[in-house]
Amino acid sequence: MSDGPREILNEGLWRNNTALVQLLGLCPLLAVSGTVINALGLGLATTLVMAGSNVTVSLVRNLVRPELRIPTFVLVIACFVTAVELLMKAFVYDLYLVLGIFIPLIVTNCVIIARAEAFAAKNNVGRSLLDGLAMGVGFSLVLVVLGGLREILGHGTLLAQADLMFGPAAHGLTLTLIPEYRGFLLAILPPGAFLGLGLLIALKNVIDRRHAARRALRGAVSPAGPAVETAKP
Amino acid sequence: MTDYLLILLSTALVNNVVLVKFLGLCPFMGVSNKLDSAVGMGLATTFVLTLAAVASWLLEHFVLQPLHVEFLRILTFILVIAAVVQFTEMVVRKFSPALYQVLGIFLPLITTNCAVLGVALLNIQEDHGFLDSMLYGFGSALGFTLVMVIFAGLRARLALAQVPAAFAGAPIGFVVAGLLSLAFMGFAGLTTH
Repeated sequence: MSDGPREILNEGLWRNNTALVQLLGLCPLLAVSGTVINALGLGLATTLVMAGSNVTVSLVRNLVRPELRIPTFVLVIACFVTAVELLMKAFVYDLYLVLGIFIPLIVTNCVIIARAEAFAAKNNVGRSLLDGLAMGVGFSLVLVVLGGLREILGHGTLLAQADLMFGPAAHGLTLTLIPEYRGFLLAILPPGAFLGLGLLIALKNVIDRRHAARRALRGAVSPAGPAVETAKP
Repeated sequence: MTDYLLILLSTALVNNVVLVKFLGLCPFMGVSNKLDSAVGMGLATTFVLTLAAVASWLLEHFVLQPLHVEFLRILTFILVIAAVVQFTEMVVRKFSPALYQVLGIFLPLITTNCAVLGVALLNIQEDHGFLDSMLYGFGSALGFTLVMVIFAGLRARLALAQVPAAFAGAPIGFVVAGLLSLAFMGFAGLTTH
């Protein structure tokens, strides 16, 4: 468990990515990935809650009795979600309306409690913060990629309704990639979300396999290959 | 009477919690490996979801609203759900050890099933009455159980199928769930609401 910061980042962003590998937090992932902006909004909110709860859990980890651990963690997370909900209501009200029920549902995103239990309860504040941020950003990345995929296929645009998040000045951000596009409804509807995520996970499997094959090949060509590999990761 | 039947049908089939509203996906993907565990999870969730829908409605209308502390909704609801889960566990263990053997391991998981909190919040958001809330909860849970059982059956067949290497495991599961979701869209038609 005593990995360096690079290891923590790699773990959160790729190797142990919450959405692609652990398959946790699927409900918000599939539900709000209709457009990039929705995805980005929820991704940021989740990252914020995850970082906050990881830090808090790490701070109180020696004060809480083991049998009261889980209820305490849930309450900490619920407090952060309430705070984020109130913040969004105050500053990005339109986005808050679009995301609707999925903001309060960050509480039941199993990723957050899983990281609190598996990482923050055993590590110091700095490492917990980094882990929360890495996991949150990894989750947001998948969310945004899936959102982009579905938005391009479904509407032929990218970053539509950017004004919901960045204010009226962002109207010009919307890119129309395919003009005169009639839209492909299936990508926007629930089946598109399931199929899209299935394809993304398959893509990650292919990339990982290529990587492993190349590494094995390099190892076979020069016997010193694997040793060099471990010397400078 | 027909109204109530309609609520049940529309929540269980047309607006299925899992495939249309995307709630409760973690158990849907995680506990659907075997048919009997899918049935067990479905039964346990049905019980908790209905009770939690009723309890949260009562709390919202008799505690939170009179005191004007609606911003504490998330906090109270998650506590209520945890309490209902604990209560269910105690009752089942006392009265039916056999049932406890079947449902026991699923009960703690239900606290983080977003379908439970989701339905409780939707009931408040859409301003349902007491009886409607209960039926809404029960219907959603029925839909959840139905989809869990169907998907567990599909996965049993999938385990024997030859799948391209990159798709083995979770990816093909999602593709199948997508097709199942497409089938359920047949109830509502291919439109955005």
